[in-house]
Amino acid sequence: MNRRKKIEETIFRIITGFASYSLIAILGFIILIIFIKGFNALSLEMVFTPPRGGFYYGGEGGVLNAIVGSLYIAFGATLIAILLGMPAALYLNVHLVCYKRTQNMIRYLLDALWGIPSIVYGAFGFTLMLFLGMTASLLAGIITVALLITPIVIRTFDDVLSTIPKGLHEASLALGSTRTEMAFKVMLKQGFPGFTTAVLLAFGRGIGDAASVLFTAGYTDLIPTNLDEPAATLPLAVFFQLGSPIPEVRERAYASAAILTIIVLIVSLTARYFSKKYSRSNLQ
Amino acid sequence: MNIKVSETATEQLVIAPELKLKKQPSILRIKNLNVFAGNHHILKNINLEIPKNRITVLLGPSGCGKTTLLKSMNKLTDLYKELKVSGQIYIEKDDILNTNKNIPNIRQKMGLLSQKPYPLPVSIYKNVAYGIKLKGVRDKKLIDYNVEKKLKEVGLWDEVKDRLHLSPESLSIGQQQRLCLARGLAVKPHFILADEPTSALDPVSSKIIENLFRELKKHYTIILVTHVLRQAQRLADNVVFMNYGEIIEQGNPEKVFKYPRSSQMKEYMVEGN
Amino acid sequence: MILKRVVFDWLSRTWMITALAIILSLPLTIGIALYFKANPLFEMQSLARLISSSDWSPSEGDFGFLPFIFSSLYVTLLSFLFAAPVCLFAAIYLTQFASKRLIQVMHPVIDILAGIPSVIYGMWGILIIVPFVGDVLAPVLNIKSPGYSILAGGIVLALMCIPYMLNMLIETFNTVPIGLKEAALSLGATRWESVKHVIIRKSYPGIISSYGLGIAKAFGETLAVMMVVGNMVQLTFNPFEAGYPLPALIANNYGEMLSIPRYDSALMFAALILLIVILIINLIFRYFIYQTQKQ
Repeated sequence: MNRRKKIEETIFRIITGFASYSLIAILGFIILIIFIKGFNALSLEMVFTPPRGGFYYGGEGGVLNAIVGSLYIAFGATLIAILLGMPAALYLNVHLVCYKRTQNMIRYLLDALWGIPSIVYGAFGFTLMLFLGMTASLLAGIITVALLITPIVIRTFDDVLSTIPKGLHEASLALGSTRTEMAFKVMLKQGFPGFTTAVLLAFGRGIGDAASVLFTAGYTDLIPTNLDEPAATLPLAVFFQLGSPIPEVRERAYASAAILTIIVLIVSLTARYFSKKYSRSNLQ
Repeated sequence: MNIKVSETATEQLVIAPELKLKKQPSILRIKNLNVFAGNHHILKNINLEIPKNRITVLLGPSGCGKTTLLKSMNKLTDLYKELKVSGQIYIEKDDILNTNKNIPNIRQKMGLLSQKPYPLPVSIYKNVAYGIKLKGVRDKKLIDYNVEKKLKEVGLWDEVKDRLHLSPESLSIGQQQRLCLARGLAVKPHFILADEPTSALDPVSSKIIENLFRELKKHYTIILVTHVLRQAQRLADNVVFMNYGEIIEQGNPEKVFKYPRSSQMKEYMVEGN
Repeated sequence: MILKRVVFDWLSRTWMITALAIILSLPLTIGIALYFKANPLFEMQSLARLISSSDWSPSEGDFGFLPFIFSSLYVTLLSFLFAAPVCLFAAIYLTQFASKRLIQVMHPVIDILAGIPSVIYGMWGILIIVPFVGDVLAPVLNIKSPGYSILAGGIVLALMCIPYMLNMLIETFNTVPIGLKEAALSLGATRWESVKHVIIRKSYPGIISSYGLGIAKAFGETLAVMMVVGNMVQLTFNPFEAGYPLPALIANNYGEMLSIPRYDSALMFAALILLIVILIINLIFRYFIYQTQKQ
């Protein structure tokens, strides 16, 4: 009897342990392949020049247009997401703090909103763009990505704000500040590490997302100088170049993928560093 | 009333004449038990002997280490990865801390009653039957018989006999706690480890539990953790007062409560009353 | 001075409420916008026919979405079958058995897996999974396969959903009170028995919800799947054949959609299906989670 139990215990420890360790292996495998393939093709020219003539037939040039385009879109979208998300999260935790039901209802809706896939945001952005008479442009891309990442900013920031003890609210209100002053002076300051994490997470999601900018940002070899010009993005650079029959162009896709992965890794690890204390993650 | 055991205090043992219960041999002995959580020394060199068929009360302020001490006795400290445990705990001749014997079997000698009732997410019947089945008993009649017997022992049978197959969530907290007690008794333990078992209960349910303990000590050795001084005074046959991870005083309750020697104990008694 | 404070208070409050209102009205706005764009399609064909027909030739005005819906469901199901056990086992190990060191390592691993962009998974799929399916797995089973297939899509999608489901499962297991585990152990259960009889049982609603939300996530994933799934309009049960899920349909044809009449409506209809299905799944399971958290 006990022997059977021991064997069962051992078997399941091995299976569950294997599942856990295999995740590390999978991540290692993905990163390894991306970097091996990417570093073969990576060069200073790739990073620091836009495409030249005949680029898509294996000619000279790099993907600077996509790097800059992606950064523009991610920064712009993050900025809008902050302008929408920060006040929304503060409102949720300052003004609605006594209305638990409303608060939970809003969190529930935001969580559901987080689940909407980016292709739907892309299709909506496209519709909105046509409705407003715009063409595929940096601005349209920024707006679409901003809508996609705002729920992330709100919920991540909100998670940290909701852990701030209520006593702090009361102390601040008792000193005669208005709720709004309290929101900006006390809550924003207290929740700042969480705010940083939220912004970085949103930025990382924004820079890596392709489906939402596919319709809305367009694609161009030029580096955009104005909001109404189309903009290339790194994920789409990977996607388009990978579809090419010419090996040299596919090599560039690998290099672009390596660049994108490095940017995302840096953002993700920085976010992790900031969130150490106020971690949303739940392994103890 | 036996008690006391660590060498330093033996000579001070005074037994009130009216309390001369039959002296009981120790059934559980703890030697040089130390527990660390990281750099934090939670239990400092604990030496303790627990007399058989008596209620030993571990008393002390919150955070003094009494719960950790209790959990070391059935090796639940294994669950907390940050805890480092050293020393020996003997049940009769076996050192359960450093053994390669089957841990579940050791734990079955210790019935646990925790601060809050934690009924398993199965029916009332299956809660009590769970431990019996774990022992390998398959005979339905035998299980039925034991479930009924244990539920009667804690006085719950009449209250639940018509809804044995419902979820325990439908019971009151006090009833749930008695269910947990019955569940623990069903594995035929030698000990009952009770960790502030009445702290979540109303006064009436607390009283029922306390009365049960007085009954149960005829057959079991009870180790009760509490921070409620009055409860300790009501129940204890043997008191161990702890503070900051150390045993400050221990012995006959008459003596410890009437003539506390340490300032910490005196202070605690003033606050407690 | 006081006036300034009052005005500031009013302004910022308005700003806060507006921001929240914009975000909360987003699902409805998206739904309405997509519905109006898809409307010309409904005037031509009934909803039932759109969903149940498998005739797809946009230039002739035939829009039958069945092959796409079927592909989406198929790929999602496969990915779920791959990801679900891995996530459950890993979540059990990480919450019940793992050493502190492993947990410290797993934190960033899960984070990074969740953060890797879809297109990177897609590229990795093309480099590794597609050749594996086409050149290794199919010949072993004596099947012909182009590699770009529903199976490849399912595998890549499974990898993408793992960190997402795993995080939710870990959260679920961590909400089981430790006292319950102690109760089972002190009754003589082994560690695995306490997991099997108590923790999994207690987490049942959470496990179901995590799985449901994982399925919703898989259903809407676009780029990675589209890169490895083959994108051919056909109805087939053979996982080694190419499929064409809804998100891929939208992403692949945005270029031509304005040149063929009603094609744009058809693509927006596809987006509307995704929105409605995913939103409903999310609302149901999130509600489930909130209800169980309350108890």
